[in-house]
Amino acid sequence: MPPTPVPGATDPAMLRNFCIIAHIDHGKSTLADRMLQHTGIVDERTMRAQYLDRMDIERERGITIKSQAVRLPFEKTSGADAGAYILNLIDTPGHVDFTYEVSRSLAACEGAVLLVDAAQGIEAQTLANLYLALEADILVIPVLNKIDLPSAQPEKYAAELAHVIGCDPGDVLRVSAKTGEGVEALLDAIVVQVPPPRGDPDGPARALIFDSIYDTYRGVVTYVRVFDGHLRHRERIKMMSTGTVHEMLEVGVISPEPMKADRIGVGEVGYLITGVKEVRQSRVGDTVTAAVRGATTPLGGYRHPNPMVFAGLFPIDGDDYPVLRDALDRLQLNDAALAFEPETSGALGFGFRCGFLGLLHMDIVRERLQREFNLELISTAPNVVYRVGMEDGTEVTVTNPSEYPIGKIAEVYEPVVRATILTPSDFIGTVMELCQGRRGALQGMDYLSEDRVEMRYTLPLAEIVFDFFDALKSRTKGYASLDYEPVAEQAADLVKVDILLHGDPVDAFSAIVHRDSSYSYGVALAQKLKELIPRQQFEVPIQAAIGARVIARETVRALRKDVLAKCYGGDVTRKRKLLEKQKEGKKRMKMVGRVEVPQEAFIAALSTGEVGERTMRH
Amino acid sequence: MPSLPSGEPVPSNGTLPPQALREVGSQPFGIYVHVPYCARRCGYCDFNTYTTAELGQDRGASRDSYADAVALELDLAHRVLGETPSVSTIFFGGGTPTLLPPAELVGIVAGVRERFGLREDAEVTTEANPDSVDAAGLRQLRDGGINRISFGMQSAVPHVLATLDRTHDPARLPELMAAARDAGFDQVSLDLIYGTPGESMADWLASVLAALSLAPDHVSAYALIVEPGTALARQVAREELPEPDDDDLADKYAAADGLLEAAGLSWYEISNWAGGPSSRCRHNQLYWSGGHWWGVGPGAHSHVGGVRWWNVKHPSGYAARLAAGRSPAQAREVLSESTRQVERVMLAVRLRDGLPVDALDDAVRPAIPDMVADGLIEARAVARSRVVLTPRGRLLADTVTRALIPSP
Repeated sequence: MPPTPVPGATDPAMLRNFCIIAHIDHGKSTLADRMLQHTGIVDERTMRAQYLDRMDIERERGITIKSQAVRLPFEKTSGADAGAYILNLIDTPGHVDFTYEVSRSLAACEGAVLLVDAAQGIEAQTLANLYLALEADILVIPVLNKIDLPSAQPEKYAAELAHVIGCDPGDVLRVSAKTGEGVEALLDAIVVQVPPPRGDPDGPARALIFDSIYDTYRGVVTYVRVFDGHLRHRERIKMMSTGTVHEMLEVGVISPEPMKADRIGVGEVGYLITGVKEVRQSRVGDTVTAAVRGATTPLGGYRHPNPMVFAGLFPIDGDDYPVLRDALDRLQLNDAALAFEPETSGALGFGFRCGFLGLLHMDIVRERLQREFNLELISTAPNVVYRVGMEDGTEVTVTNPSEYPIGKIAEVYEPVVRATILTPSDFIGTVMELCQGRRGALQGMDYLSEDRVEMRYTLPLAEIVFDFFDALKSRTKGYASLDYEPVAEQAADLVKVDILLHGDPVDAFSAIVHRDSSYSYGVALAQKLKELIPRQQFEVPIQAAIGARVIARETVRALRKDVLAKCYGGDVTRKRKLLEKQKEGKKRMKMVGRVEVPQEAFIAALSTGEVGERTMRH
Repeated sequence: MPSLPSGEPVPSNGTLPPQALREVGSQPFGIYVHVPYCARRCGYCDFNTYTTAELGQDRGASRDSYADAVALELDLAHRVLGETPSVSTIFFGGGTPTLLPPAELVGIVAGVRERFGLREDAEVTTEANPDSVDAAGLRQLRDGGINRISFGMQSAVPHVLATLDRTHDPARLPELMAAARDAGFDQVSLDLIYGTPGESMADWLASVLAALSLAPDHVSAYALIVEPGTALARQVAREELPEPDDDDLADKYAAADGLLEAAGLSWYEISNWAGGPSSRCRHNQLYWSGGHWWGVGPGAHSHVGGVRWWNVKHPSGYAARLAAGRSPAQAREVLSESTRQVERVMLAVRLRDGLPVDALDDAVRPAIPDMVADGLIEARAVARSRVVLTPRGRLLADTVTRALIPSP
């Protein structure tokens, strides 16, 4: 057997760079594990289930947040092209918020395995990523997974995939990542079908950054795909978007543990370490070149990640503010898309206004803050970015309802997304009703198979960020799937609704909503707060208002009696303990003017679930 | 019935810590006697009480041997306390004390007198169920030294009494009242309950007026509490009966307060009104002013010098411990000075006399002007450096107390 080709001296003809496009739970990680095992670089004993997903949250949610790349030496044993190959498996993030990252991972590949659960069929996000792959002109190998399941319908879904891609149903491979069935045939197909990379080995170095992660011990680890030339150990390199120059302290490949190398060359996939401490200095999509005699033209497609969804995060215990600040700093080391700045709320105290790529991104950040840093947080309802044009010609960018200008507003613009919804055809009417209620405009509709439909809508992002996904799932019994991508902005008739408790506005409850739903929003939130705010010794009016105009009013009646009528010898101890416990409970109250509002009321009022799902949308 | 608080163990001989014993004599001393028997359980009641059927054939727990067990506990109290001032007050509560033969109640009074001495001016009260007393019995009680009686009238309205499971005929009360006066009781109190499910404001006013027509010296009026674990709580949970409404209770309290005051009965504690200072219940005032008392009987609570303890609840366990020469106490609490301070505030705030501003922790005094502004405490009293609840403040006494106790 010939020796395994070493990094930096691997003939591009032996290389195959590919990724796996799959929906959550369709078995991508299991298939990746099986490939690692099959190619012999991880043995059964050291195999950690789902080797590539390292973070706990990823494991629990079954999704891959951050990608990695693995170099797999593979021996093809049959056919005219039998021999040694190097397969580079580039893992892709699997969620709607990370479309840009997915597109960069795809740009680093020549082929993609389209992996679909044989019992469920293709999902909207997978379809969206498939379109990205087709746009990028990448070879797609359609594969049905979980063919061992009793509920698998390989014929049906092979036909569906063939229809979507435009191939023959017979070309769809069938595997079971769980049992290993069909995995070798898939590896063979990758060798045969995915074209080897091409590039200029003698030209100035150009490598695409497709991932960048922060490691406590090593600083930022940057994952790259080399297109031209070589990247060498000890060489000085330049990030082309910023022009910053760094010393290359280490270069290598992952197989599946990091292996240092002298250099990596055309078509190879590997990592570099430069001593940079923040991933923002090594951004996904940027081009790396040599500092001396480097390339002048970057690889295309770089985009700066802009937060699309904003929310305020506040520690429940005000003393935790410094902990929250440090925690956000730490997360930002590893998350170039996370933005934050200090925010002060009259109701919630000191916290941070945070910007996220989308809802999942927000959930992940919140969860990590709570889990890894033991922070108890209140988060305000998420909102999008508004551009407000004033009559005097000035313009204000609003990422927080409290910044919404008072005065003569000419026009307000909100972001719009292109949404793809895949649903069983039984639910077409339901989905249309939902999207229309959310100010959606139908752009087109296609049958993927006789009972599954792809529906394309444009929708305001603000309508999606609240609870659209939950509403879609509940109305379609969980069958529909959603993908969306910001595409434009539009003028809209938006107003800011404020909530006043006992006459004092509560900034945390202000929201920017469409005029048509402002009334129902105000009524629903006022009613919800009425249930949540305990009676005080005075009457507490709850008002929803647009400017000075009150659109809804509820009243928490005054508490008139809290005393127990009896307090004799046997009651003293119990009564004292009760009062002391109540006194302790006061510490968890927030004061809004003179009104005591329990933390739980803020959390419940700001949660998306309980107010009528149509009405409470920020 | 309410569960007992958790606490630390009590030595089996019932000994008290020396610092508590040192306080004996600094305060008036009373005896509470808990009589844990009822002819039947009322649906709303969560007191520690048992019917004959519940106690079954257990001889140790029965009514017949009750007086013996009480005598043993009085012996224990005497051993533990040593020299005490003569007893100022005795209070028989229950349960239904008048289910015991009058001679036994009187015998217990004599037992107290023998062991501790009984002050010449002692107040000796028994609660009485209108069902279980008659003229002859009242005379026997009075002759035996019981000088104050408290009738469990509860309501004058039959459908309200029925909801409460009270079986007495409200029409009997005038007759009983007359019999009590004939027997020589110059202190008679009536207990009323308001807020029973189904009770209208008119029903309640009728009950208060009926009580006043009997010219009592004292009235206690309690808001009905749906206690967990009672038959009433189950009926409310099943929505067979409505839950008492705090606003309705507040209205009924205010109405009763107005009628009672107009009839010359003044409030001296949140739920108690008396015709004059001499008609106030001295035994209950002991509870509210940090006095000392020994609670005799199953489940009874005691307090001496900052130590609170409580007896085991079941009559048979109670009797068995005493028969074995052991203290019937289940557990106790030795209060820290700061806890005693909280209790002082919590109890004194309920009284018409209120408490001196000086007695409050410095940290809580700034709350006083706000509470005056909110109409919770009397401005005039604050001018005299005392904290006294307004009528509105009486109903929100827990709010006031929380503001006046330091944060834990």
